[in-house]
Amino acid sequence: MTDISYSSPKTIDEAVAAMVAAKGAGRILAGGTDLLVQLRAGFVKPGSIIVDIKKIAEMTSIEDKGGGSFKVGAAVTGMQLHDHPTFKKAWPGVLEAINLIGSKQIQGRASAGGNLCNASPAADSVPALVAAGATVTVQGPKGRREVAVEKIPAGPGRMTLEPGEIVVSFTLPARPAGSSDAYLRLIPRTEMDIAVVGCGVNLTMKGGICTAARVGLGAVAPTVLLVEAAAKALIGSKLDANALEAAAAACRAVCKPIDDKRGTIVYRTKIAGVLLKRATAIAAERAAKN
Amino acid sequence: MSKQKYKWVGTRPDRPDGADKVTGRARFGADFNMPGQLVGKVLRSPHAHAIIKSIDTSAAEKLPGVKAVVTAKDFPEQPNLIVPTGEMQVNLRDITRNVMAREKALYESHPVAAVAATTDAIANAALALIKVEYQVLPHVIDVAEAMKDGAPLLHDNLITEGVKPVPTKPSNIAKRIDNVKGDTDAGFKQAEIVVERDYTTQPVHQGYIEPHACLASMAEDGQVQIWSTTQGHFQVRGFCSRLLNIETSQIRVTPTEIGGGFGGKTVVYLEPVAVMLSKKSGKPVKMVMSRDEVFRASGPAPGGTVHVKIGAKKDGTIVAAECTIALQAGAFPGSPVGPACWTSFACYDIPNIKVIGYDVVSNRPKVAAYRAPGAPISAWGVESTMDILAQELRMDPIDLRLKNAAKKGTKTSYGPVFDTIGFVETLEAAKKSEHYKSKPKPGMARGVAAGFWFNVGADSSAAAHVAEDGTVTIISGNPDIGGSRASLALMAAEELGVDYDKVRPVIADTSSIGFNFVTGGSRVTFATGLAVVNSVRDLIRECKVRAAKTWGVDPDGVIWENGCAKPAGSNVGEFEPLSLAQLAATAGKTGGPINGHNQLNAQGAGPGFGVHIVDLKVDRDTGIVEIGRYTALQDVGTAIHPSYVEGQMQGGAVQGIGWALNEEYIYSAKGKLDNAGFLDYRMPVASDLPMIETVIVEVANPHHPYGVRGVGEVPIVPPLATVGNAIARATGVRMTDLPMSPPRLSAALDAATPRMAAE
Repeated sequence: MTDISYSSPKTIDEAVAAMVAAKGAGRILAGGTDLLVQLRAGFVKPGSIIVDIKKIAEMTSIEDKGGGSFKVGAAVTGMQLHDHPTFKKAWPGVLEAINLIGSKQIQGRASAGGNLCNASPAADSVPALVAAGATVTVQGPKGRREVAVEKIPAGPGRMTLEPGEIVVSFTLPARPAGSSDAYLRLIPRTEMDIAVVGCGVNLTMKGGICTAARVGLGAVAPTVLLVEAAAKALIGSKLDANALEAAAAACRAVCKPIDDKRGTIVYRTKIAGVLLKRATAIAAERAAKN
Repeated sequence: MSKQKYKWVGTRPDRPDGADKVTGRARFGADFNMPGQLVGKVLRSPHAHAIIKSIDTSAAEKLPGVKAVVTAKDFPEQPNLIVPTGEMQVNLRDITRNVMAREKALYESHPVAAVAATTDAIANAALALIKVEYQVLPHVIDVAEAMKDGAPLLHDNLITEGVKPVPTKPSNIAKRIDNVKGDTDAGFKQAEIVVERDYTTQPVHQGYIEPHACLASMAEDGQVQIWSTTQGHFQVRGFCSRLLNIETSQIRVTPTEIGGGFGGKTVVYLEPVAVMLSKKSGKPVKMVMSRDEVFRASGPAPGGTVHVKIGAKKDGTIVAAECTIALQAGAFPGSPVGPACWTSFACYDIPNIKVIGYDVVSNRPKVAAYRAPGAPISAWGVESTMDILAQELRMDPIDLRLKNAAKKGTKTSYGPVFDTIGFVETLEAAKKSEHYKSKPKPGMARGVAAGFWFNVGADSSAAAHVAEDGTVTIISGNPDIGGSRASLALMAAEELGVDYDKVRPVIADTSSIGFNFVTGGSRVTFATGLAVVNSVRDLIRECKVRAAKTWGVDPDGVIWENGCAKPAGSNVGEFEPLSLAQLAATAGKTGGPINGHNQLNAQGAGPGFGVHIVDLKVDRDTGIVEIGRYTALQDVGTAIHPSYVEGQMQGGAVQGIGWALNEEYIYSAKGKLDNAGFLDYRMPVASDLPMIETVIVEVANPHHPYGVRGVGEVPIVPPLATVGNAIARATGVRMTDLPMSPPRLSAALDAATPRMAAE
């Protein structure tokens, strides 16, 4: 009953071929912080074909493209990003979100690619990547394509990837001076927990005015949301109380959460607004220094 | 202080089991294996309440690699007989049904069958082949719902005890208890202020890190060996003997190291099943629960409802107090409602007290003991009400408690009159503490509450053996769950007048030492400690006899001092002192090996009192509570090993804080547990809390040679109200329902202060 096969291709083409050959039974192994737990718990059915992507250079490297733009391999670990010399200054919100995945030990293994492909609405890195305007390079049997990160999840545990497609890397865009980002999540404890609500905010400030903004909201709907109405409320404002409240109201308005063991509908909806305001304040403070 | 009085008692040497534990050598429940052993697994009910119409195990039995399958049919019926287990009681008729469901499945994950197979995968496949036909019944989870007329009945024959006239119809209320002192009606007439509130608490799991595990082997001659992670291997032996009709001496149980118990490992779940599987298969059988099984089918402590009414004079003198407590027993009767009632007002000297308790069954796992069973629940109600009283009287909360504090001579509502106790001393220590004297930091508010636990004595046996070189082995029979080996060795070294590292304590299996009651009730350092001290005194008596023989004098002419036999005076004669090593070297000529023994039923366990202080901050937008500073103070009698005493105080406080803030069982509409894991059953993690500060108060227990009182349970009693009282003072909102989790606290704050939710 342990007839699970394993391969570790050296190229993306080989990995895609292995996934195609697996006919839907393929499972990508990056850090394994979700997959190995599922294997132990018996959620991964016999006959699975494990495709380990950690030996593929493009998927494990970080490229600083200048001007704040980065290309981050899907299997790059949280610790690799944490220790990168320039990433933190450029994308502190994305980094803090990725570094919230699991404990310190998990950070040595866990990747943003895995976090995205686990397709949990509560994934910490995803709202920050959505706010950042990250795109995802996907490769499959029909070649490569670029997709906005928010288009990847389809619902809890489900993705929009075509059969055989693999998430290869994330591209973070260049941004003007005066830009920064922040991510906040609410958990009942201080660590080792899953977001009740997560909120990423990415801002550009010029002369005290917000000239660009993106807001990502997690754990309040079946997928992570890009909240364009909240961004709209912030853009053109001085991030005054009225603008913040309008943006918070926009966040509350898009929430379609559920009552479950991690929080109530009322609570999650309220917290979406609270986190929007707090994350905006942090992002603005950081932007003022950039 | 003890440091001047004693050479070893009160010092902090390394624990005897420390090196093994930090290097991974220590063997816990799942670490024991035998050649040819099988894997045992349990099939559990998917329904919260269902009649088991039939079980067909034939397909599972035919699966290659399956060596045995058992159901309730393999276990003999048991009489309606109540036996003690730790601080709780169980009915044999019920416990055999809890180990393996018979007529009905009474909670989700109630065991209905078990298999033994050659591999894990085959055992799982076999479970899937067992066909159980259920008739699903309506279920009831909540204690208040279960008490209502028309609630689904768990047991058709359950008639409420303790009610007159005797009810004619069955219900889910197993028992009512009444506990009265004085006349509360008359008392409340004298009151100038009365505070009355209703409170609720949720069930909480003991949360031990190590899941239940055992290895059992029954040989062809009927002898049984069991290795089990348990707080009471004699109880494992006793239950297996009773439930399987095996003579007690045929069973030998060896306790493994234990990865936490907190009361939850005083009952049996796996052991009788493993023995039966071993009997049927002829092979050793190992069973280890998953975390999911631990949450769904073991423990927890009950949840309940508490109604409290306290009447006082304007100067704070309490004249009357009432309390009504209803506790969930789980699927079978036997919640700790008795202790919940008896402890409720035990901190206070109140002339008129009335306490009523109800024991209520519902479709949840049968509750097990958890640190001071029942007491934190009534203390949550009583100590919150005391805080409201202090606020309304504009009195300092410690002063209010000092004004009413129980003392030597106070008669409790449940009967006994207190001997020497240290509640006043503990309250005064709290008042004098640096924490209480300093102002809370900006944004922080302070809460205070107290707590009580009886502590118990009961049966213990111990032996002390002198080795050939004069070093000593101390043999006792209580699994060490809190550093008791170190404490026993310290007391033995003190008695003998030898160094701590010359005394090695071991925990013997059931066939190698006399009977010992469970490690529970905070009894081991007190009661087993007393047995160890007495066994060492017996050993010293023997040493004096041997010295007397050596010198040709009367044994009365020999004294024991600093680890040596000496002549009592010059009239006895001039002899060089004889050390243990010297006595051991000549033992063969003076009467053979030198040993000491003792067995007792320890009386006079000293009650314990604790006072806790917290400074905390509430995030009004999110309802998240941040604990800034926490101090636990407690009268421990004498701290034999202060580090492990402090560890108990800190651990109890942390578990109580988790109970207060986040821990709860979340059931689906179908009566299934939704949060059966440490991710969503939110015990505190290390980063949630500051270092818990401790203040040890020592008011010696007159009934122990070193003044020991039990320590382990008191510290979980005060934290619930300590935290709630601070939240009330921080926000002006009095929380009466646990847990005070972020969603609940946020909703309560919003309800009390209508405002823009996100301002």
